[in-house]
Amino acid sequence: MPATLAEKLVARAAGRSSVTPGEIVTCKVDLAMMHDSGGPRRVKPMLERLGAKVWDPSKVVVITDHYLPAYDDESRKIIRIARDWVREAGIENFYDAQGICHVVLPERGHLRPGMFVVGGDSHSPTGGAFAAYVFGVGATEMLGVLVTGEIWLEVPHTIVMEFDGALEPGVSAKDMMLFLIGRFGLDGGQYEAVEYRGAAIRRLPMQERMTLCNMTAELGGQTGLVASDGVTRDFLKADVETWQSDPQAPVLEHHRFDASELAPQVAAPHSPANAGPVDQFRDVQPTLAYIGACTGAKLEDLRMASRILRGRKSKMRLLVAPASVRDQETAEAEGTLKAFVDAGAELLPNACGICAGYGEHLLPENMVAISSTARNFKGRMGAASSQVYLASPYTVAATAVAGRVCDPREFLR
Amino acid sequence: MKSWVFSDNVDTDVIAPGRYMKFGIDEIARHCLEAVASDFPKNVRPGDFVVAGRNFGCGSSREQAPAALKHLGVAALVAESFAGLFYRNALNLGLPALVCSRAKRIRDGDRLSIDYATNEVFDLTSGERLPFKPIPAHLMEMVRDGGLLPHLEKRLKCRTTS
Repeated sequence: MPATLAEKLVARAAGRSSVTPGEIVTCKVDLAMMHDSGGPRRVKPMLERLGAKVWDPSKVVVITDHYLPAYDDESRKIIRIARDWVREAGIENFYDAQGICHVVLPERGHLRPGMFVVGGDSHSPTGGAFAAYVFGVGATEMLGVLVTGEIWLEVPHTIVMEFDGALEPGVSAKDMMLFLIGRFGLDGGQYEAVEYRGAAIRRLPMQERMTLCNMTAELGGQTGLVASDGVTRDFLKADVETWQSDPQAPVLEHHRFDASELAPQVAAPHSPANAGPVDQFRDVQPTLAYIGACTGAKLEDLRMASRILRGRKSKMRLLVAPASVRDQETAEAEGTLKAFVDAGAELLPNACGICAGYGEHLLPENMVAISSTARNFKGRMGAASSQVYLASPYTVAATAVAGRVCDPREFLR
Repeated sequence: MKSWVFSDNVDTDVIAPGRYMKFGIDEIARHCLEAVASDFPKNVRPGDFVVAGRNFGCGSSREQAPAALKHLGVAALVAESFAGLFYRNALNLGLPALVCSRAKRIRDGDRLSIDYATNEVFDLTSGERLPFKPIPAHLMEMVRDGGLLPHLEKRLKCRTTS
Protein backbone atom coordinates (compact mmCIF):
# COMPACT_ATOMS: atom_id res chain seq x y z
CA MET A 1 0.00 0.00 0.00
CA PRO A 2 1.43 3.41 -0.94
CA ALA A 3 1.71 5.66 2.13
CA THR A 4 2.28 9.34 2.84
CA LEU A 5 5.37 10.58 4.65
CA ALA A 6 3.23 11.27 7.75
CA GLU A 7 1.78 7.74 7.71
CA LYS A 8 5.25 6.19 7.35
CA LEU A 9 6.62 8.21 10.28
CA VAL A 10 3.66 7.42 12.54
CA ALA A 11 3.68 3.71 11.57
CA ARG A 12 7.37 3.42 12.48
CA ALA A 13 6.78 5.08 15.88
CA ALA A 14 3.74 2.88 16.52
CA GLY A 15 5.69 -0.28 15.65
CA ARG A 16 3.32 -1.08 12.79
CA SER A 17 3.87 -1.91 9.12
CA SER A 18 1.13 0.52 8.12
CA VAL A 19 -1.48 2.83 9.64
CA THR A 20 -4.77 4.27 8.41
CA PRO A 21 -5.78 7.93 8.83
CA GLY A 22 -8.36 8.31 11.60
CA GLU A 23 -7.29 5.32 13.70
CA ILE A 24 -5.89 5.94 17.16
CA VAL A 25 -2.40 4.59 17.80
CA THR A 26 0.16 4.77 20.60
CA CYS A 27 3.58 5.96 19.50
CA LYS A 28 6.99 5.59 21.11
CA VAL A 29 8.65 8.99 21.45
CA ASP A 30 12.23 9.29 20.14
CA LEU A 31 12.79 12.75 21.60
CA ALA A 32 10.96 15.16 23.92
CA MET A 33 11.93 18.84 23.81
CA MET A 34 10.96 21.41 26.45
CA HIS A 35 11.66 25.06 27.14
CA ASP A 36 11.75 26.98 30.41
CA SER A 37 8.18 28.29 30.22
CA GLY A 38 6.21 25.09 29.62
CA GLY A 39 8.92 22.67 30.77
CA PRO A 40 10.62 22.06 34.12
CA ARG A 41 8.62 24.60 36.14
CA ARG A 42 5.39 22.84 35.10
CA VAL A 43 6.44 19.17 34.92
CA LYS A 44 8.68 19.02 38.01
CA PRO A 45 5.84 19.38 40.58
CA MET A 46 3.71 16.87 38.67
CA LEU A 47 6.55 14.31 38.51
CA GLU A 48 7.02 14.77 42.27
CA ARG A 49 3.31 14.26 42.90
CA LEU A 50 3.48 11.00 40.97
CA GLY A 51 6.81 9.99 42.51
CA ALA A 52 7.88 9.22 38.94
CA LYS A 53 11.14 9.60 37.05
CA VAL A 54 11.89 10.54 33.43
CA TRP A 55 11.58 7.40 31.29
CA ASP A 56 14.85 8.03 29.43
CA PRO A 57 16.88 11.19 30.22
CA SER A 58 18.97 10.71 27.06
CA LYS A 59 15.82 11.32 25.00
CA VAL A 60 14.99 14.66 26.60
CA VAL A 61 16.29 18.05 25.48
CA VAL A 62 15.76 21.19 27.58
CA ILE A 63 16.40 24.64 26.10
CA THR A 64 15.96 27.97 27.92
CA ASP A 65 14.63 30.70 25.63
CA HIS A 66 11.43 32.30 26.99
CA TYR A 67 12.42 34.02 30.24
CA LEU A 68 15.85 35.11 29.07
CA PRO A 69 17.46 37.33 29.90
CA ALA A 70 15.78 37.05 33.30
CA TYR A 71 14.48 40.50 34.17
CA ASP A 72 12.64 40.11 37.48
CA ASP A 73 12.22 37.74 40.41
CA GLU A 74 9.65 35.54 38.68
CA SER A 75 11.73 35.04 35.53
CA ARG A 76 14.91 34.41 37.55
CA LYS A 77 13.04 31.74 39.53
CA ILE A 78 11.71 30.06 36.37
CA ILE A 79 15.20 29.86 34.83
CA ARG A 80 16.67 28.57 38.10
CA ILE A 81 14.10 25.77 38.25
CA ALA A 82 15.12 24.69 34.72
CA ARG A 83 18.83 24.69 35.58
CA ASP A 84 18.33 22.76 38.83
CA TRP A 85 15.88 20.26 37.38
CA VAL A 86 18.06 19.12 34.47
CA ARG A 87 20.78 18.28 37.01
CA GLU A 88 18.39 16.39 39.30
CA ALA A 89 16.80 14.50 36.41
CA GLY A 90 20.13 13.65 34.78
CA ILE A 91 19.37 15.45 31.52
CA GLU A 92 22.59 16.14 29.67
CA ASN A 93 21.03 17.73 26.59
CA PHE A 94 20.59 21.16 28.14
CA TYR A 95 21.13 24.35 26.11
CA ASP A 96 21.08 27.37 28.36
CA ALA A 97 20.73 30.78 26.69
CA GLN A 98 21.85 29.40 23.33
CA GLY A 99 18.82 30.60 21.36
CA ILE A 100 15.24 29.61 20.54
CA CYS A 101 14.45 25.92 21.01
CA HIS A 102 13.13 25.21 17.48
CA VAL A 103 16.33 26.57 15.95
CA VAL A 104 18.77 25.14 18.51
CA LEU A 105 17.31 21.60 18.34
CA PRO A 106 18.34 20.84 14.72
CA GLU A 107 21.39 23.12 14.90
CA ARG A 108 22.84 20.84 17.62
CA GLY A 109 22.06 17.71 15.63
CA HIS A 110 19.12 16.34 17.63
CA LEU A 111 16.78 15.86 14.66
CA ARG A 112 17.09 13.17 12.00
CA PRO A 113 14.67 12.14 9.26
CA GLY A 114 12.36 9.35 10.43
CA MET A 115 12.15 10.45 14.07
CA PHE A 116 8.97 10.89 16.15
CA VAL A 117 9.31 13.92 18.41
CA VAL A 118 7.12 15.94 20.79
CA GLY A 119 7.89 19.50 21.79
CA GLY A 120 6.42 21.56 24.59
CA ASP A 121 5.64 24.46 22.29
CA SER A 122 3.17 25.13 19.48
CA HIS A 123 5.91 25.93 16.97
CA SER A 124 7.40 22.44 17.37
CA PRO A 125 6.29 21.48 13.82
CA THR A 126 9.36 23.49 12.72
CA GLY A 127 11.32 20.22 13.01
CA GLY A 128 9.12 18.60 10.35
CA ALA A 129 11.36 20.30 7.80
CA PHE A 130 13.76 17.43 8.53
CA ALA A 131 11.20 14.77 7.55
CA ALA A 132 10.60 13.96 11.22
CA TYR A 133 7.12 13.86 12.81
CA VAL A 134 7.31 16.73 15.31
CA PHE A 135 4.31 18.28 17.05
CA GLY A 136 3.50 20.48 20.02
CA VAL A 137 1.96 19.38 23.33
CA GLY A 138 1.01 21.11 26.58
CA ALA A 139 2.72 20.60 29.93
CA THR A 140 0.48 17.83 31.30
CA GLU A 141 0.72 15.88 28.05
CA MET A 142 4.51 16.32 28.24
CA LEU A 143 4.36 14.89 31.74
CA GLY A 144 2.63 11.81 30.30
CA VAL A 145 5.46 11.43 27.77
CA LEU A 146 8.14 11.90 30.42
CA VAL A 147 6.60 9.15 32.57
CA THR A 148 5.66 6.62 29.88
CA GLY A 149 7.78 7.48 26.80
CA GLU A 150 4.60 7.19 24.76
CA ILE A 151 1.78 9.32 23.40
CA TRP A 152 -1.52 8.62 21.65
CA LEU A 153 -2.21 10.00 18.22
CA GLU A 154 -5.05 9.98 15.76
CA VAL A 155 -3.27 9.06 12.53
CA PRO A 156 -3.46 12.24 10.45
CA HIS A 157 -4.61 12.65 6.89
CA THR A 158 -2.19 14.52 4.67
CA ILE A 159 -2.85 17.88 3.03
CA VAL A 160 -0.37 18.58 0.23
CA MET A 161 0.69 22.15 -0.56
CA GLU A 162 2.65 21.94 -3.81
CA PHE A 163 4.59 24.92 -5.12
CA ASP A 164 5.93 24.62 -8.67
CA GLY A 165 8.40 26.99 -10.30
CA ALA A 166 10.67 29.23 -8.25
CA LEU A 167 10.17 32.21 -5.95
CA GLU A 168 11.15 35.61 -7.30
CA PRO A 169 14.09 37.29 -5.53
CA GLY A 170 12.64 39.13 -2.53
CA VAL A 171 9.89 36.55 -1.97
CA SER A 172 10.33 33.88 0.70
CA ALA A 173 8.89 30.93 2.62
CA LYS A 174 7.22 33.41 4.99
CA ASP A 175 5.25 34.83 2.04
CA MET A 176 4.18 31.30 1.03
CA MET A 177 2.84 30.73 4.53
CA LEU A 178 1.05 34.06 4.91
CA PHE A 179 -0.51 33.40 1.49
CA LEU A 180 -1.68 29.91 2.53
CA ILE A 181 -3.01 31.11 5.91
CA GLY A 182 -4.82 34.01 4.21
CA ARG A 183 -6.34 31.60 1.72
CA PHE A 184 -7.23 28.63 3.94
CA GLY A 185 -7.59 30.31 7.34
CA LEU A 186 -6.21 29.56 10.80
CA ASP A 187 -7.82 26.11 10.71
CA GLY A 188 -7.01 25.29 7.08
CA GLY A 189 -4.62 22.59 8.30
CA GLN A 190 -7.51 20.88 10.16
CA TYR A 191 -4.99 19.48 12.69
CA GLU A 192 -3.78 17.11 9.96
CA ALA A 193 -0.27 16.71 8.54
CA VAL A 194 0.56 19.40 5.97
CA GLU A 195 3.22 18.34 3.48
CA TYR A 196 5.07 20.90 1.37
CA ARG A 197 6.18 19.65 -2.03
CA GLY A 198 7.24 20.79 -5.47
CA ALA A 199 10.18 22.29 -7.33
CA ALA A 200 10.02 25.58 -5.40
CA ILE A 201 10.17 23.74 -2.06
CA ARG A 202 13.15 21.60 -3.12
CA ARG A 203 15.01 24.81 -4.03
CA LEU A 204 14.54 26.25 -0.51
CA PRO A 205 17.46 26.17 1.95
CA MET A 206 16.87 24.23 5.17
CA GLN A 207 15.97 27.18 7.37
CA GLU A 208 13.40 28.40 4.82
CA ARG A 209 11.81 24.94 4.93
CA MET A 210 11.79 25.33 8.72
CA THR A 211 9.78 28.55 8.30
CA LEU A 212 7.14 26.65 6.29
CA CYS A 213 6.80 23.95 8.92
CA ASN A 214 6.98 26.50 11.76
CA MET A 215 3.99 28.46 10.50
CA THR A 216 2.01 25.28 9.94
CA ALA A 217 1.00 26.07 13.54
CA GLU A 218 -0.79 29.22 12.32
CA LEU A 219 -2.31 27.21 9.44
CA GLY A 220 -3.78 24.87 12.06
CA GLY A 221 -1.93 21.68 11.06
CA GLN A 222 -0.67 19.21 13.66
CA THR A 223 2.65 19.15 11.89
CA GLY A 224 4.31 20.39 8.72
CA LEU A 225 6.55 18.10 6.68
CA VAL A 226 9.14 18.27 3.92
CA ALA A 227 10.73 15.13 2.44
CA SER A 228 14.44 14.69 3.19
CA ASP A 229 16.93 15.19 0.36
CA GLY A 230 20.42 16.53 -0.36
CA VAL A 231 19.58 19.87 1.29
CA THR A 232 18.72 18.00 4.52
CA ARG A 233 21.94 15.98 4.35
CA ASP A 234 24.09 19.07 3.74
CA PHE A 235 22.54 20.95 6.66
CA LEU A 236 22.90 18.03 9.08
CA LYS A 237 26.34 17.16 7.69
CA ALA A 238 25.31 13.53 7.96
CA ASP A 239 24.36 10.74 5.61
CA VAL A 240 20.66 10.51 6.45
CA GLU A 241 17.88 8.34 5.09
CA THR A 242 15.45 9.60 2.49
CA TRP A 243 11.93 9.77 3.91
CA GLN A 244 9.20 10.78 1.46
CA SER A 245 5.60 10.10 0.45
CA ASP A 246 4.87 7.45 -2.14
CA PRO A 247 3.61 9.27 -5.25
CA GLN A 248 0.36 7.27 -5.37
CA ALA A 249 -0.51 7.61 -1.68
CA PRO A 250 -4.03 9.03 -1.23
CA VAL A 251 -4.25 12.43 0.46
CA LEU A 252 -7.08 14.50 1.92
CA GLU A 253 -6.39 17.60 -0.20
CA HIS A 254 -3.80 18.49 -2.83
CA HIS A 255 -3.36 22.17 -3.68
CA ARG A 256 -1.01 23.39 -6.41
CA PHE A 257 0.45 26.87 -6.79
CA ASP A 258 2.96 28.57 -9.06
CA ALA A 259 5.63 30.03 -6.76
CA SER A 260 6.82 32.46 -9.44
CA GLU A 261 3.46 34.28 -9.29
CA LEU A 262 3.62 34.88 -5.53
CA ALA A 263 4.00 38.50 -4.36
CA PRO A 264 5.35 39.45 -0.92
CA GLN A 265 2.54 39.17 1.64
CA VAL A 266 1.55 41.21 4.69
CA ALA A 267 -0.96 40.18 7.39
CA ALA A 268 -2.90 42.98 9.08
CA PRO A 269 -3.77 43.06 12.80
CA HIS A 270 -4.94 40.93 14.62
CA SER A 271 -4.61 37.67 12.71
CA PRO A 272 -2.09 35.96 10.42
CA ALA A 273 -5.14 35.11 8.28
CA ASN A 274 -5.60 38.82 7.39
CA ALA A 275 -2.98 38.38 4.70
CA GLY A 276 -2.78 39.96 1.27
CA PRO A 277 -0.23 41.21 -1.29
CA VAL A 278 2.09 43.94 0.05
CA ASP A 279 0.59 46.51 -2.39
CA GLN A 280 -2.59 46.62 -0.34
CA PHE A 281 -0.70 47.98 2.66
CA ARG A 282 1.37 50.81 1.14
CA ASP A 283 -0.33 53.48 3.28
CA VAL A 284 0.67 51.81 6.55
CA GLN A 285 3.44 53.65 8.40
CA PRO A 286 4.85 51.60 11.26
CA THR A 287 7.16 53.20 13.83
CA LEU A 288 8.87 49.93 14.78
CA ALA A 289 10.35 47.15 12.66
CA TYR A 290 11.11 43.86 14.42
CA ILE A 291 13.18 40.99 13.06
CA GLY A 292 13.02 38.21 15.60
CA ALA A 293 11.80 34.76 16.67
CA CYS A 294 12.12 31.19 15.43
CA THR A 295 9.91 32.19 12.50
CA GLY A 296 11.84 35.22 11.38
CA ALA A 297 15.39 35.63 12.71
CA LYS A 298 17.29 32.50 11.73
CA LEU A 299 20.53 32.94 9.77
CA GLU A 300 18.66 32.76 6.43
CA ASP A 301 16.19 35.38 7.67
CA LEU A 302 19.03 37.68 8.71
CA ARG A 303 20.67 37.19 5.30
CA MET A 304 17.45 38.12 3.49
CA ALA A 305 16.96 41.29 5.53
CA SER A 306 20.62 42.25 5.15
CA ARG A 307 20.32 42.23 1.35
CA ILE A 308 17.87 45.13 1.71
CA LEU A 309 19.58 46.91 4.60
CA ARG A 310 23.11 46.93 3.21
CA GLY A 311 24.19 50.52 2.56
CA ARG A 312 20.86 51.95 3.76
CA LYS A 313 19.55 53.52 6.97
CA SER A 314 16.38 52.59 8.82
CA LYS A 315 13.83 55.40 9.08
CA MET A 316 12.22 53.82 12.14
CA ARG A 317 13.30 51.98 15.26
CA LEU A 318 14.68 48.65 14.04
CA LEU A 319 15.17 45.76 16.48
CA VAL A 320 16.85 42.47 15.65
CA ALA A 321 16.96 39.42 17.93
CA PRO A 322 18.91 36.65 16.10
CA ALA A 323 17.25 33.29 16.76
CA SER A 324 20.35 31.53 18.08
CA VAL A 325 23.82 32.31 19.38
CA ARG A 326 25.36 30.21 16.62
CA ASP A 327 23.33 31.92 13.88
CA GLN A 328 24.37 35.28 15.27
CA GLU A 329 28.05 34.25 15.30
CA THR A 330 27.86 33.14 11.68
CA ALA A 331 26.01 36.33 10.73
CA GLU A 332 28.71 38.32 12.43
CA ALA A 333 31.58 36.43 10.79
CA GLU A 334 30.17 36.73 7.27
CA GLY A 335 29.25 40.43 7.57
CA THR A 336 25.48 39.94 7.59
CA LEU A 337 25.10 41.46 11.04
CA LYS A 338 27.13 44.54 10.09
CA ALA A 339 24.43 45.53 7.58
CA PHE A 340 21.97 45.67 10.50
CA VAL A 341 24.26 47.67 12.75
CA ASP A 342 25.14 50.13 9.97
CA ALA A 343 21.42 50.58 9.24
CA GLY A 344 20.92 51.62 12.88
CA ALA A 345 19.45 48.39 14.26
CA GLU A 346 19.47 47.62 17.98
CA LEU A 347 20.60 44.09 18.81
CA LEU A 348 18.46 42.12 21.31
CA PRO A 349 19.22 38.80 23.07
CA ASN A 350 18.86 35.41 21.34
CA ALA A 351 15.49 34.57 22.89
CA CYS A 352 11.74 34.56 22.22
CA GLY A 353 11.40 38.09 23.62
CA ILE A 354 8.72 40.38 22.24
CA CYS A 355 7.23 37.74 19.93
CA ALA A 356 5.92 35.75 22.87
CA GLY A 357 5.05 38.77 25.01
CA TYR A 358 8.06 38.29 27.27
CA GLY A 359 10.81 40.65 28.38
CA GLU A 360 11.15 44.36 28.70
CA HIS A 361 10.56 45.60 25.14
CA LEU A 362 6.81 44.98 24.87
CA LEU A 363 4.90 47.22 22.45
CA PRO A 364 3.35 50.29 24.11
CA GLU A 365 -0.24 51.55 23.64
CA ASN A 366 -1.24 52.25 20.02
CA MET A 367 2.15 51.43 18.54
CA VAL A 368 2.13 50.29 14.90
CA ALA A 369 4.81 47.68 14.19
CA ILE A 370 5.87 45.42 11.35
CA SER A 371 7.34 42.09 12.41
CA SER A 372 8.95 38.98 10.92
CA THR A 373 7.33 36.84 13.64
CA ALA A 374 4.44 34.36 13.32
CA ARG A 375 1.50 35.79 15.27
CA ASN A 376 -0.17 39.18 15.57
CA PHE A 377 -3.02 38.22 17.87
CA LYS A 378 -4.43 41.07 19.93
CA GLY A 379 -2.12 42.00 22.80
CA ARG A 380 0.36 39.18 22.12
CA MET A 381 3.40 41.44 21.71
CA GLY A 382 2.32 44.12 24.21
CA ALA A 383 -0.60 46.50 24.67
CA ALA A 384 -3.97 45.31 23.31
CA SER A 385 -4.14 48.60 21.36
CA SER A 386 -0.84 47.95 19.54
CA GLN A 387 -1.12 47.03 15.85
CA VAL A 388 1.20 44.38 14.46
CA TYR A 389 1.64 43.70 10.74
CA LEU A 390 3.36 40.43 9.85
CA ALA A 391 5.71 40.13 6.90
CA SER A 392 8.89 38.44 5.66
CA PRO A 393 12.34 39.58 6.79
CA TYR A 394 12.76 41.13 3.31
CA THR A 395 9.54 43.15 3.65
CA VAL A 396 10.23 44.19 7.25
CA ALA A 397 13.68 45.47 6.20
CA ALA A 398 12.27 47.25 3.12
CA THR A 399 9.61 48.89 5.29
CA ALA A 400 12.24 50.04 7.79
CA VAL A 401 14.31 51.80 5.13
CA ALA A 402 11.30 53.18 3.21
CA GLY A 403 9.47 54.47 6.30
CA ARG A 404 6.23 52.83 5.16
CA VAL A 405 5.16 49.33 4.14
CA CYS A 406 7.16 48.59 1.00
CA ASP A 407 7.64 45.84 -1.59
CA PRO A 408 11.23 44.57 -1.08
CA ARG A 409 11.54 43.76 -4.78
CA GLU A 410 11.88 47.52 -5.40
CA PHE A 411 15.28 47.38 -3.68
CA LEU A 412 16.46 44.23 -5.42
CA ARG A 413 15.85 45.19 -9.06
CA MET B 1 -25.80 27.45 34.10
CA LYS B 2 -25.37 30.33 31.72
CA SER B 3 -23.35 30.47 28.55
CA TRP B 4 -20.76 33.01 27.43
CA VAL B 5 -20.68 33.14 23.64
CA PHE B 6 -17.55 33.96 21.64
CA SER B 7 -16.75 34.16 17.92
CA ASP B 8 -14.44 32.13 15.62
CA ASN B 9 -10.66 31.78 16.12
CA VAL B 10 -10.48 32.85 19.78
CA ASP B 11 -6.71 32.53 20.37
CA THR B 12 -4.69 31.53 23.42
CA ASP B 13 -3.15 35.00 23.67
CA VAL B 14 -6.55 36.39 24.65
CA ILE B 15 -7.43 33.36 26.80
CA ALA B 16 -4.10 33.47 28.71
CA PRO B 17 -2.09 36.60 27.80
CA GLY B 18 1.69 36.05 27.52
CA ARG B 19 2.61 38.90 29.84
CA TYR B 20 0.90 37.14 32.78
CA MET B 21 2.38 33.70 32.04
CA LYS B 22 5.13 34.11 34.62
CA PHE B 23 2.48 34.21 37.36
CA GLY B 24 0.37 31.44 38.85
CA ILE B 25 -3.03 30.44 37.49
CA ASP B 26 -4.89 32.84 39.87
CA GLU B 27 -3.39 35.87 38.17
CA ILE B 28 -3.64 34.47 34.63
CA ALA B 29 -7.32 33.61 35.17
CA ARG B 30 -7.98 37.19 36.31
CA HIS B 31 -7.16 38.30 32.74
CA CYS B 32 -8.75 35.38 30.89
CA LEU B 33 -10.54 36.62 27.73
CA GLU B 34 -10.57 40.21 29.03
CA ALA B 35 -9.28 41.56 25.69
CA VAL B 36 -12.51 40.44 23.98
CA ALA B 37 -14.98 40.39 26.93
CA SER B 38 -13.79 42.64 29.76
CA ASP B 39 -16.51 41.44 32.17
CA PHE B 40 -15.82 37.72 31.65
CA PRO B 41 -13.15 37.08 34.30
CA LYS B 42 -15.11 39.15 36.87
CA ASN B 43 -18.58 37.80 36.21
CA VAL B 44 -18.16 34.19 35.07
CA ARG B 45 -19.56 31.82 37.71
CA PRO B 46 -18.65 28.20 38.50
CA GLY B 47 -20.79 25.95 36.32
CA ASP B 48 -21.00 28.44 33.43
CA PHE B 49 -20.22 27.39 29.85
CA VAL B 50 -17.98 28.92 27.21
CA VAL B 51 -19.49 28.63 23.74
CA ALA B 52 -17.64 29.52 20.53
CA GLY B 53 -17.49 29.15 16.78
CA ARG B 54 -14.64 27.58 14.82
CA ASN B 55 -11.07 26.88 15.95
CA PHE B 56 -11.42 27.88 19.61
CA GLY B 57 -8.03 28.01 21.35
CA CYS B 58 -5.81 28.48 18.30
CA GLY B 59 -2.22 29.62 18.79
CA SER B 60 0.09 28.62 21.60
CA SER B 61 0.56 25.26 23.32
CA ARG B 62 0.26 27.00 26.70
CA GLU B 63 -1.83 24.81 28.92
CA GLN B 64 -2.65 27.81 31.07
CA ALA B 65 -5.34 28.67 28.50
CA PRO B 66 -7.68 25.76 29.35
CA ALA B 67 -6.33 25.83 32.93
CA ALA B 68 -7.55 29.43 33.39
CA LEU B 69 -11.03 28.51 32.15
CA LYS B 70 -11.10 25.51 34.47
CA HIS B 71 -9.81 27.63 37.35
CA LEU B 72 -12.73 30.04 36.83
CA GLY B 73 -15.09 27.10 37.18
CA VAL B 74 -16.16 26.75 33.55
CA ALA B 75 -18.04 23.43 33.38
CA ALA B 76 -17.47 22.67 29.70
CA LEU B 77 -16.50 24.25 26.39
CA VAL B 78 -18.87 23.96 23.44
CA ALA B 79 -17.59 24.99 20.01
CA GLU B 80 -18.02 24.25 16.32
CA SER B 81 -14.37 23.17 16.40
CA PHE B 82 -11.27 23.44 18.58
CA ALA B 83 -7.61 23.93 17.69
CA GLY B 84 -6.08 20.45 18.02
CA LEU B 85 -3.44 21.30 20.60
CA PHE B 86 -5.91 23.20 22.79
CA TYR B 87 -8.37 20.29 22.55
CA ARG B 88 -5.76 17.83 23.84
CA ASN B 89 -4.74 20.25 26.60
CA ALA B 90 -8.34 20.80 27.77
CA LEU B 91 -9.08 17.08 28.01
CA ASN B 92 -5.71 16.48 29.70
CA LEU B 93 -6.88 18.87 32.43
CA GLY B 94 -10.26 17.16 32.70
CA LEU B 95 -12.12 20.08 31.09
CA PRO B 96 -14.67 18.70 28.60
CA ALA B 97 -14.34 20.25 25.12
CA LEU B 98 -17.43 19.40 23.09
CA VAL B 99 -17.48 19.67 19.30
CA CYS B 100 -20.99 20.78 18.35
CA SER B 101 -21.62 21.75 14.72
CA ARG B 102 -24.67 23.79 15.78
CA ALA B 103 -22.95 25.69 18.61
CA LYS B 104 -23.94 28.98 16.94
CA ARG B 105 -27.60 28.27 17.81
CA ILE B 106 -26.71 29.09 21.41
CA ARG B 107 -27.23 32.75 22.41
CA ASP B 108 -25.16 34.61 24.94
CA GLY B 109 -26.69 34.07 28.39
CA ASP B 110 -28.68 30.93 27.46
CA ARG B 111 -28.85 28.38 30.27
CA LEU B 112 -27.36 25.02 29.28
CA SER B 113 -27.01 21.52 30.59
CA ILE B 114 -24.92 18.72 29.10
CA ASP B 115 -26.21 15.19 28.71
CA TYR B 116 -23.20 12.88 28.38
CA ALA B 117 -25.46 9.82 28.05
CA THR B 118 -27.08 11.09 24.85
CA ASN B 119 -24.18 13.35 23.77
CA GLU B 120 -26.39 16.43 23.63
CA VAL B 121 -26.14 20.01 24.76
CA PHE B 122 -29.58 20.97 26.12
CA ASP B 123 -30.27 24.69 25.68
CA LEU B 124 -32.78 25.24 28.50
CA THR B 125 -33.54 28.79 27.30
CA SER B 126 -34.48 27.90 23.71
CA GLY B 127 -35.53 24.32 24.44
CA GLU B 128 -33.23 23.02 21.68
CA ARG B 129 -31.15 19.85 21.97
CA LEU B 130 -27.86 20.12 20.07
CA PRO B 131 -25.86 16.93 19.47
CA PHE B 132 -22.11 16.95 20.05
CA LYS B 133 -19.43 14.57 18.77
CA PRO B 134 -18.77 12.03 21.53
CA ILE B 135 -15.36 12.32 23.19
CA PRO B 136 -13.36 9.16 22.21
CA ALA B 137 -13.67 6.45 24.87
CA HIS B 138 -9.97 6.37 25.83
CA LEU B 139 -10.12 10.12 26.51
CA MET B 140 -13.49 10.14 28.27
CA GLU B 141 -12.07 7.80 30.91
CA MET B 142 -9.26 10.28 31.49
CA VAL B 143 -11.71 13.22 31.68
CA ARG B 144 -13.80 11.30 34.23
CA ASP B 145 -10.65 10.75 36.30
CA GLY B 146 -10.19 14.53 36.32
CA GLY B 147 -7.45 14.71 33.68
CA LEU B 148 -4.18 13.04 32.73
CA LEU B 149 -2.38 13.66 36.04
CA PRO B 150 -4.97 11.95 38.30
CA HIS B 151 -5.40 9.33 35.55
CA LEU B 152 -1.68 8.52 35.62
CA GLU B 153 -1.74 8.59 39.42
CA LYS B 154 -4.49 5.96 39.35
CA ARG B 155 -2.60 3.83 36.82
CA LEU B 156 0.67 3.99 38.75
CA LYS B 157 -1.16 3.10 41.99
CA CYS B 158 -2.80 0.10 40.29
CA ARG B 159 0.63 -1.02 39.10
CA THR B 160 2.13 -0.83 42.62
CA THR B 161 -0.76 -2.62 44.32
CA SER B 162 -1.00 -5.40 41.71
